[in-house]
Amino acid sequence: MELALNIDPEAWGPGPWTPVRTPCRFKNPLSKWRVWRNEAKCIQCGTCVEVCPYGVHTRAGKFIRKPLSYLCLGPACEKNDFYCVRRCPTQALSLRLHPVYTTLGDYRWTADLLLSTWWMAEFGTLPYADLEYRTGNSGGGFDKLRFFFPPQPKDLKLRHEDISLELPLNRRHDGRPQVVLSVPWYSAGMSFGSVSINTILSRVRAATRFNTLLSTGEGGYPEELYPYDDHVVTQVATGLFGVREDTIQRVRMVEFKYAQGAKPGLGGHLLGDKVTPAVARMRESVPGSALFSPFPFHSVYSVEDHKKHLDWIKEVNPRALVSVKVSTPTDVDMVAVGSYYAGAHVVQLDGSYGGTGAAPDIAKKNIAMPIEFAIPKVHQFLVQEGIRDQVTLIASGGIRTAYDVAKAIALGADGCQVGTAEMVALECIRCYQCESGRGCVRGIATTDPELVELMTVDWGTRRVCNLYHAWSWQLKEILRRFGMRSIRELVGRTDTLVHLDYYNLPVDDDIRRGT
Amino acid sequence: MPEKYHIHVRPTPSRYPSVGKTTVLDWGEGCLRCTRCVKETCPYNAFRQRDFDDRSLSDTIDTYCKNCLRCVQGCPRELVVKAANPQYRRLGDDYWTPAVIQSTWLQAETGKIPVSGAGYGGPFAGPGFDSIWTDMSEIVRPTRDGIHGREYISTAIDLGRKPLFLVFDAQGRLTFEPPPQVDIPLPVLLAEPPFSAGPELVREALAAAARSLKTLALVNRGNLTPELTAAAEHLAPSFPTGRVDPEDPLLSRVRVVELTDHDGVLAQVEALKRRYPGLVTMIKVPADERAAARLSELAHAGAEVIHLFADHHARGFLQAQDRHLKDLIRAAHLKLVEDHLRDTVTLLASGGIALAEHVAKAIICGADGVIVDLPLLLALECRLCRACQRGGECPVAMDSLDPRRGAQRQVNLMGAWNNQLLEVLGAMGLREVRRLRGEVGRAMFVEELQREIFAPLFSRPGPEGQRREGE
Repeated sequence: MELALNIDPEAWGPGPWTPVRTPCRFKNPLSKWRVWRNEAKCIQCGTCVEVCPYGVHTRAGKFIRKPLSYLCLGPACEKNDFYCVRRCPTQALSLRLHPVYTTLGDYRWTADLLLSTWWMAEFGTLPYADLEYRTGNSGGGFDKLRFFFPPQPKDLKLRHEDISLELPLNRRHDGRPQVVLSVPWYSAGMSFGSVSINTILSRVRAATRFNTLLSTGEGGYPEELYPYDDHVVTQVATGLFGVREDTIQRVRMVEFKYAQGAKPGLGGHLLGDKVTPAVARMRESVPGSALFSPFPFHSVYSVEDHKKHLDWIKEVNPRALVSVKVSTPTDVDMVAVGSYYAGAHVVQLDGSYGGTGAAPDIAKKNIAMPIEFAIPKVHQFLVQEGIRDQVTLIASGGIRTAYDVAKAIALGADGCQVGTAEMVALECIRCYQCESGRGCVRGIATTDPELVELMTVDWGTRRVCNLYHAWSWQLKEILRRFGMRSIRELVGRTDTLVHLDYYNLPVDDDIRRGT
Repeated sequence: MPEKYHIHVRPTPSRYPSVGKTTVLDWGEGCLRCTRCVKETCPYNAFRQRDFDDRSLSDTIDTYCKNCLRCVQGCPRELVVKAANPQYRRLGDDYWTPAVIQSTWLQAETGKIPVSGAGYGGPFAGPGFDSIWTDMSEIVRPTRDGIHGREYISTAIDLGRKPLFLVFDAQGRLTFEPPPQVDIPLPVLLAEPPFSAGPELVREALAAAARSLKTLALVNRGNLTPELTAAAEHLAPSFPTGRVDPEDPLLSRVRVVELTDHDGVLAQVEALKRRYPGLVTMIKVPADERAAARLSELAHAGAEVIHLFADHHARGFLQAQDRHLKDLIRAAHLKLVEDHLRDTVTLLASGGIALAEHVAKAIICGADGVIVDLPLLLALECRLCRACQRGGECPVAMDSLDPRRGAQRQVNLMGAWNNQLLEVLGAMGLREVRRLRGEVGRAMFVEELQREIFAPLFSRPGPEGQRREGE
């Protein structure tokens, strides 16, 4: 049963989400294991179709379709009596590691993380197969932190319905409206130009349904976003591309981008190929000409200048909250305090391993510190200054999974901004080629008219909503194990975590197991 | 303001196809030969750019493929599969990794900074240089925009002894002749690689690259032929044996010489300086456990330039063999600072400088500049197979290298490195590389962050009943 998503954007609003199975756009979904049927041996008897309870084998009329390998349990299935390879009367079936699996992913987004995120985007649930869905293989930070669940939940009666993931953004009590998000994350800034309008619309529709926000990035405010104004954060960055009084007045929150984690201290760069006529119109520039955002804001060289900036926004839009996005230098704690005194409601720390459409490799790898260090550093400093409860601290830059969100919050953040995870839900495979030529050949980060057509807004909306659904469930399950009724209780609770460098007993925080 | 330094890069294609990361496997049997083959619709046209039939099923290892997996996911019979290329994995070693080698090839070919989309996919941190993150400026400190040419960031350093103060006589004249200085516009000296096929051609390329870059090429005196020494201004002869013939006519034509450290080295320096007062002498000291003390001793005795060298994996020697070059530089730098000698002497470091970021990080740790060798060999398409050392055949025929094209590729690599250095300096808001030296406060060391931030949070005994161990 498919939901009719092609409804009037005006009627699309916040509400509950029931996952809708939304398979891979391409003919062959990628998988860890490869079930292979030797057509020469197969007698079309249909035994495999009958025995497999996971739907790997299906029929089309009297023919048996290609196996759907990604649904397979892998060699773990051998012990089952429905193991198709053994049950096949003609030994036509074989099972082995898919060669592509060895080429997929990297240290941060391992093949398992990609495959499990695709799974969540397809089904809205955690994968039943043996895929690591919590951490990557980077050897530090989130990948070395584990939740230490009590052997038994403290409150056995606590149910998911009783647990709140709400995140209030305005903690200044300054008379400006409160904005409460229903989930403790919102969508990171990706400009129209760096990604396609279909990608933006998919993400904003998911953000709307889950009552959270989407940042426009520095690329203007496409008209297609107007129906979703209440769920849009408009970004003011150093190039001021597409920033108008009107765009600032539309929204409930405005984001000042001082720096970006992937290229701290460097300006943005949109290659000429991506500046299509539509992009150029939005940014008031010339089609085909590369666009550089300067660095830094040349009007800001002090906290006073910074305050002037925020006052300007507050004057233009009296109901808007103001967020300040900064990167993570040595003095990130001072920067955060300065932003608070300048009047920011939200301070967003963008760690050095964050995503980007294009950045020099040297900057991505070497400049500024990872978010895992920056969060506790800033959190503790704000506590010491006595202003922690007046700032909303948002972490971004390397938040890949629901576990990363929970760990960031336990380290001291109030919530997170996510970007790459949504791209992966839309079937990004992290080939690092977003910037080259016509852009992403999988139709996500591109403005090429032909490539954009590879993805529909409906499909994308469902994939991101499914991912959000799976994440919400995981966060609630983590909270339930700790007996917490609200995500707010988790903030700064580093005692819920152990770090594998300092803890050498086995610890398993897989919520698919146990109570 | 000095004249703006510009490195003239020019795309210089490789002579041999590069080793790709992955390879296309193909289950040939069962192919439908369908008219719209995924190979024909490759968004990068990889199959058409190859020298063979685009329906061919073999030998598709190169870098045209960008791993988008559209062919794998599009083939109607699931016959196209990608797998890791074992040849790629075998490139280099655990320090000179395939990724380092491939990035170097790309920079040598294009002269451009490697740029990519998506976030960094590598490890959280690593040993050695990978345990350092550099700082950036925001809001209250201005950054500099060097890369797009809107602000001038100087990457020049000077080699030579610096007096800590000047003395004037009653007439206001300097009472002593200041020691000679050699300015180079980028903090990198080029050195001949320890091995290669066609070494004469490689040296010719190196000397030409040094001229073009206005830096110095460090070459063993014994390897300097009359043709190479014809233009000696950008050559620095090295005397590894400890023996120097003071009558050597080359000495009057070069600006810098390198002597290997030994007991009599200071006497040797003194003799050379008496005869050639304008010559800057550099003493090459191994990065062993005594290096810091030895550097201080040499600086105290008037050494002008010291070259601290580690092995090719940036490891020290003898009892310092488990220490990384960055720590050995820091120790030496600190010792010189403590002894109030740091500003008198120029400190250059070498050994395992593989990427542009290593230049910035070695300087942050306390070096004035670095000396590179292997990356320049990689720029010539070397695969670090070391077949030449075993008397085998060079897979990229280095012995038929065109030295001019080789030199251009080395210039391209240094051009890309220099621009990356500008990125790092610009992000920090520094206007010259001299200011970066020893600026450990503008860097973050993973072990310090771990100690200051994570250790207080996680290395503590937990509440009763919970088993926490470690520390």
